[in-house]
Amino acid sequence: MAFLSFLISGISLGSIYAIIALGYTMVYGIAKMLNFAHGDVIMVGAYICFYATSRFQLPPLVGILLAVVVCTILGIVIERLAYKPLRAAPVLAVLITAIGMSYFLQNAALLLWSSNPKVFPPVVPTGKISLFGGQLTISYVTVVAILCCIVIMLALTWFTSKTKMGKAMRACSEDKGASQLMGINVNGTISLTFAIGSGLAAIAGVLLCSAYPTLVPTTGAMPGIKAFTAAVFGGIGSIPGAFVGGILLGIIEIFAKAYISTQLSDPIVFAVLIIVLLVRPAGLLGKQIREKV
Amino acid sequence: MSSDSKLISIPSKSMIPERDIDKTPILECVNLGINFGGLKAVDNFDLSIGRTEIAGLIGPNGAGKTTVFNLLTKVYQPTTGTILLDGKDTHSMNTMQVNRAGIARTFQNIRLFNALSVEDNVKTAMNNQMKYNMWSGIFRLPRYWKEERIAHERALELLSIFNMEGMANMKAGSLPYGAQRRLEIVRALATNPSLLLLDEPAAGMNPSETAELMENIRKIRDTFQIAILLIEHDMNLVMNICEGICVLNFGRIIAKGTPEDVQKNPAVIEAYLGKKKEA
Repeated sequence: MAFLSFLISGISLGSIYAIIALGYTMVYGIAKMLNFAHGDVIMVGAYICFYATSRFQLPPLVGILLAVVVCTILGIVIERLAYKPLRAAPVLAVLITAIGMSYFLQNAALLLWSSNPKVFPPVVPTGKISLFGGQLTISYVTVVAILCCIVIMLALTWFTSKTKMGKAMRACSEDKGASQLMGINVNGTISLTFAIGSGLAAIAGVLLCSAYPTLVPTTGAMPGIKAFTAAVFGGIGSIPGAFVGGILLGIIEIFAKAYISTQLSDPIVFAVLIIVLLVRPAGLLGKQIREKV
Repeated sequence: MSSDSKLISIPSKSMIPERDIDKTPILECVNLGINFGGLKAVDNFDLSIGRTEIAGLIGPNGAGKTTVFNLLTKVYQPTTGTILLDGKDTHSMNTMQVNRAGIARTFQNIRLFNALSVEDNVKTAMNNQMKYNMWSGIFRLPRYWKEERIAHERALELLSIFNMEGMANMKAGSLPYGAQRRLEIVRALATNPSLLLLDEPAAGMNPSETAELMENIRKIRDTFQIAILLIEHDMNLVMNICEGICVLNFGRIIAKGTPEDVQKNPAVIEAYLGKKKEA
C-alpha cells in the first residue's frame, strides 16, 4: 500500500513538472530557444495568487485566474522586450539573456515581496480521500494536479493539431522562413506560444505551492530546472514527450526519496537523465535526427 | 532584342481563352538591385509581368535568379529600385505582408512542413483566410467549425488539381518526390496569390512528368487567372509554356522577349555556350 501511495504522489508531482515542462518544450519547439526565465514565471504566478487570496481575500478561483492573466501578459512582455530583438542573434546570446531574465525576475520579486517565506493559503480544498479502509489516503491537491495535467494535455494536443493557430505553430517550428512566405504571422505565433506557456506556468505555480506551501522568490528555480530536465528527458520540442518526461521524473523523484535517500533524490533524478540521454540523445519521444549524407 | 524592352505583358497565344484582360501589369520591377558586400548579386533589374502571363526567368547557375525571387518576396530587402505589385509599392512590406498582398512561391529545394499532413500543409497556407479567433478555436464555437469546413473543402479542391485528394491524410514528408513538388505548388496556390513564383518546378522530374507539369501550369493559369513567373533549367518547358522570357547573367538582364527572340539572341547563346572562337 505504501508503494501505491508513493506512486500516486509521484504521478501528482510529475503532473506539475509536466505542466511546467510544456512551457519549455513549446517555446523550444517554436522559437528554438531555452527560456530559463520560465521557472520564475511560476514563482510570479504563485505570488499573484497568494496576494489575491490572502491579502485581498479574493476567492481562490479568482486568484488563480488573476495569476494566469498576469503570467500570460508577463510571458508576452518578456518575449517582446528581451527575446524578440534577438531573433537573428546567435543562440548563446539568447541563452544568456534568458538566464539574465531569470535573475531579473527573482531579484525583482525579492525587492517587491522580500525574502521572508510566505505560507501559501490552501487554494485547493484541504482534505483527503480514503481508500481501502483508510490504508490509502490521497489529498485533494494530488488529485487536482493529476486532473489538471490530463485536461491541459488533451486540450493542448487538440489545439495544436486541429486549429489554425496550432497548425501555424507546428509550421513555424519546422520552417519559419517558409511559414512567413505562406502568409503566417510568425511573430504573432511566437507570442502566442509564450502566452500559453506562461499561462500554464501560473497554474503550475498555484498547484506547486498548494502541495508545498512555502513561497520565496526562488521557489520557481528548482522546479523550473527539474521541469526543463523533464522536457529534455521526454524529448524537447515534443508535447507528449513533456508529459511522459514530467510524470516519469516525478515518480523517480518520489521513489528515490522514499526508498533510497531524501538528500540523494535530486542527484538520482539527474543521474537517470544522464543515462537516458546517453542511450537516447534526443530523449524518450524526441525525433532521432539522422544526418543526411 | 535590346535589354530595354519589357516582357510582353499580355499573352497572345491562341491557347489562352478569350477574356477581359486588365492591361496593367501585376508586377513591375524598376531598377531593382541588391548588393551583398561589394557584390552586385542583382543589378538594374527591370521586369513587367502581365496579369495572366506565364513568364520565365532563366540564366546560367549563379546568375541571380533565386535572388530575384527572394527580393520579390522580401526575404531580402532590395538595395535599390522599386517593386510594384498591382501598382502598390512593396517597399515597407515584410515577407508575410507581401504574401498576403498576393505573391506566393515554391522552393528550389522543397520546403514543405514534413511533420504535417498533406491537407494541413495546404490549410496552413490558408491561415490568413480562416477568420476565427483563438477562443473560437479553444471552445470549438460554431465559427470554428464553419471556417474549418470551408478550408477543408477548399484544400481538397486545390489538391484535386493534381489528383492528390487521396493523399490528403498522408504526412507530407512521406510523399514521393514528384508529389512533394506538386504539393508545394498547391500550398502556394492556397495563399490565394495573384502572382505565383515557381522555383525550378521541373527539377528532378522525368520527361513525362515534366510534360504533365507543363499542362498543369497552363491549367493553373487558366483556372485561377493569375500570373506565373518561373525559374527553370529545362529549356523545353520554358520555351513551350512561357510567353515572355527574361535572361539573367551575373545579376544583369542580358535579354528579354518572346521565346523565339531569346533563342536567337547572341548574348544568350554566349552566356550559355560561351563565345565563338575567332576564325
